Amino acid sequence: MTRTFLGMPATAPRGVGHLRGEEPFPAAARRALVDAQLRRNLRHATTTIRGKSGAVIGEVPDWQELRAAARAIKTDTMARLPELLEQLEAAVTAAGGTVHWAADAVEANRIVTDLVGAAGADRVMKVKSMATQEIGLNEALEAAGIEPVETDLAELIVQLGDDRPSHILVPAIHRNRAEIREIFLRAMPGVDPTLTDEPAVLAAAARRHLRETFLSTRVAVSGANFAVAETGTLAVVESEGNGRMCLTLPETLITVMGIEKVVPTWRDLEVFLQLLPRASTGERMNPYTSMWTGVTPGDGPQAFHLVLLDNGRSAVLADEVGRQALHCIRCSACLNVCPVYERAGGHAYGSVYPGPIGAVLSPQLTGVADNASLPYASSLCGACYDACPVMIDIPSILVHLRGQAPHPRAEATAMAAAAYTMDHPALYAAAQRAARLSRLAGPRGRGLPPPLSGWTASRDLPEPPPQTFREWWAQR
Amino acid sequence: MRIALFVTCLADTLFPEAAKATVGLLERLGHEVVFPEDQTCCGQMHVNTGYPDEALRLVRRHVRVFAPYDVVVAPSGSCVGSVRHQHAAVARRAGDERLAAQAEDAGRRTYELSEFLVDVLGVTDVGAYYPHRVTYHPTCHSLRMLRVGERPLRLLRAVRGLELVELPQAEQCCGFGGTFAVKNADTSTAMLADKMRNVLATRADVCTAGDASCLMHIGGGLSRLRTGVRTVHLAEILASTERSETVGERQRLGVRP
Repeated sequence: MTRTFLGMPATAPRGVGHLRGEEPFPAAARRALVDAQLRRNLRHATTTIRGKSGAVIGEVPDWQELRAAARAIKTDTMARLPELLEQLEAAVTAAGGTVHWAADAVEANRIVTDLVGAAGADRVMKVKSMATQEIGLNEALEAAGIEPVETDLAELIVQLGDDRPSHILVPAIHRNRAEIREIFLRAMPGVDPTLTDEPAVLAAAARRHLRETFLSTRVAVSGANFAVAETGTLAVVESEGNGRMCLTLPETLITVMGIEKVVPTWRDLEVFLQLLPRASTGERMNPYTSMWTGVTPGDGPQAFHLVLLDNGRSAVLADEVGRQALHCIRCSACLNVCPVYERAGGHAYGSVYPGPIGAVLSPQLTGVADNASLPYASSLCGACYDACPVMIDIPSILVHLRGQAPHPRAEATAMAAAAYTMDHPALYAAAQRAARLSRLAGPRGRGLPPPLSGWTASRDLPEPPPQTFREWWAQR
Repeated sequence: MRIALFVTCLADTLFPEAAKATVGLLERLGHEVVFPEDQTCCGQMHVNTGYPDEALRLVRRHVRVFAPYDVVVAPSGSCVGSVRHQHAAVARRAGDERLAAQAEDAGRRTYELSEFLVDVLGVTDVGAYYPHRVTYHPTCHSLRMLRVGERPLRLLRAVRGLELVELPQAEQCCGFGGTFAVKNADTSTAMLADKMRNVLATRADVCTAGDASCLMHIGGGLSRLRTGVRTVHLAEILASTERSETVGERQRLGVRP
């Protein structure tokens, strides 16, 4: 294919999909923090996953080398992404699939909706997929009179609850089993009214509901964890077997994949298939790994469509520092170790990509101005960088994006004045004295004016010392 | 050895006892400490709040001020982390490769106090006496940017009279994060609440760390709740001796009610 260069690549369009929140992170987090149930669920779930993941990672003697290999593969991939995508397109096409290029969420939704319509279906079953959540595919299908059915248990809970996912891997992490029972009783067709909230009973109810869907639905929509440019092979890893059903039973399979998911060679999968389950679910190997290459006559879906989604990714790729965010394999290890995510939860981030990776990916996909509070939704503690199986330096990207964020005017003025003062030692010493005097005269440790009131609302300020260090040194 | 003290703006202004203790400790160990008086701030607050252009002049100042010294020591993991891991990037972003190279060189000569004591001076027993029950919070930047690891604990274990108690979930951030504590005050406070819960669970009298900033945060919360637990910089514990303990010279990191 040919392209004309038209300037900077576009960011993800507004008004479609789920990359932008309705309010800034601090306000959304403030409401989440008072939700005792949410706090307890998150603390329990993240602590459990951290423990499991840490144990199985500890078994791998070459974990650091694997991480470095993954980073090298992803860096190479991003450096020649156009070439690899065209190689992938050729390989998929040669294997009997059809490749579609979607510049953004609007195009991708239209392509999928048209394909489902052409297949004569009014219902699709879905494999859990971040890309289709990102573009708001379910809403687009519903608007076209097509019913999407989520088949991952947690996604199903979110869908039936008319809710939004709050974790990349465990989208219903904010729900407890009593709530899940209520959601099933209210929204699951044909559910047994004597349903209890025992996990096995809830799972059995979902299984009965989904089995019916698997056997009667002719079109499936999936995402992809990986696509091999060399062979045209797509890969989905999952735990429940619903993915395997969706990928093998229907007549038509439509896969929506972010363009960054391509890897150069089949061999590269060995690195990621070792890293992903251990970092993600804390398993040595994921229960189901499904791979397919185009179509196989008489076996599996006889029509395969691959929709390659940009939706701001080329804009991310254009940023030398920020492009690392495209290395993400959606394991959610960074969420599980993040002290901010553990307390504020996923919805506070406003985007389908929460946690540390969301705080660097969402603002880049939308343009920083549309998600300006997210790069600040981190204490820069660095736990995410240590946990990331592909070594994305999330703290550095956060700091980099803060440099692109629009600043409040008063803050910008104060920061410029502070830098000027600190570049003049005599002024700086005078400012230290002035600060001490104002503190001695002013409110004693509490009730400072905004924005410092954020500090004094919950924390005392230190007693100003009788002299600064430099005054002491000068008198020594 | 001639050591240049990189005092950090926070210790200079609000926590001079930590800086004085650093001087006293290094001199007690037989070294000469100098204080380059043209130093101000490393610029970390500007960098981390999204003002790399304003930070550039502070990076340039820091690099120039400390250029003449072979060894620079600071009582802060965070500020040393900024010097070592951010200064060159700020310079490169501004297209100043020469400054970036100088910043990298300065970074290699700059040490956090516990690194300097254990790795450069090769001491773990600094001859300190501190008869209190103490828990240690590993600050995020000393833990994950500098990888100081067990060094502060090795130093504390060698302090006479000190009862060291392990802090549960020690590696979780206290919620300070510089301007994060103000911009995301609620989330920061939620993190602090859990940190304080763990500190109180140790029944320690003193919570120590290698960063005055994180201690200001933890100490501000402990003081607000009138817990009676004090925060004391690692340098102050290591500088303490029988004399300072008994004569009562030691100034405490007091906070205002």
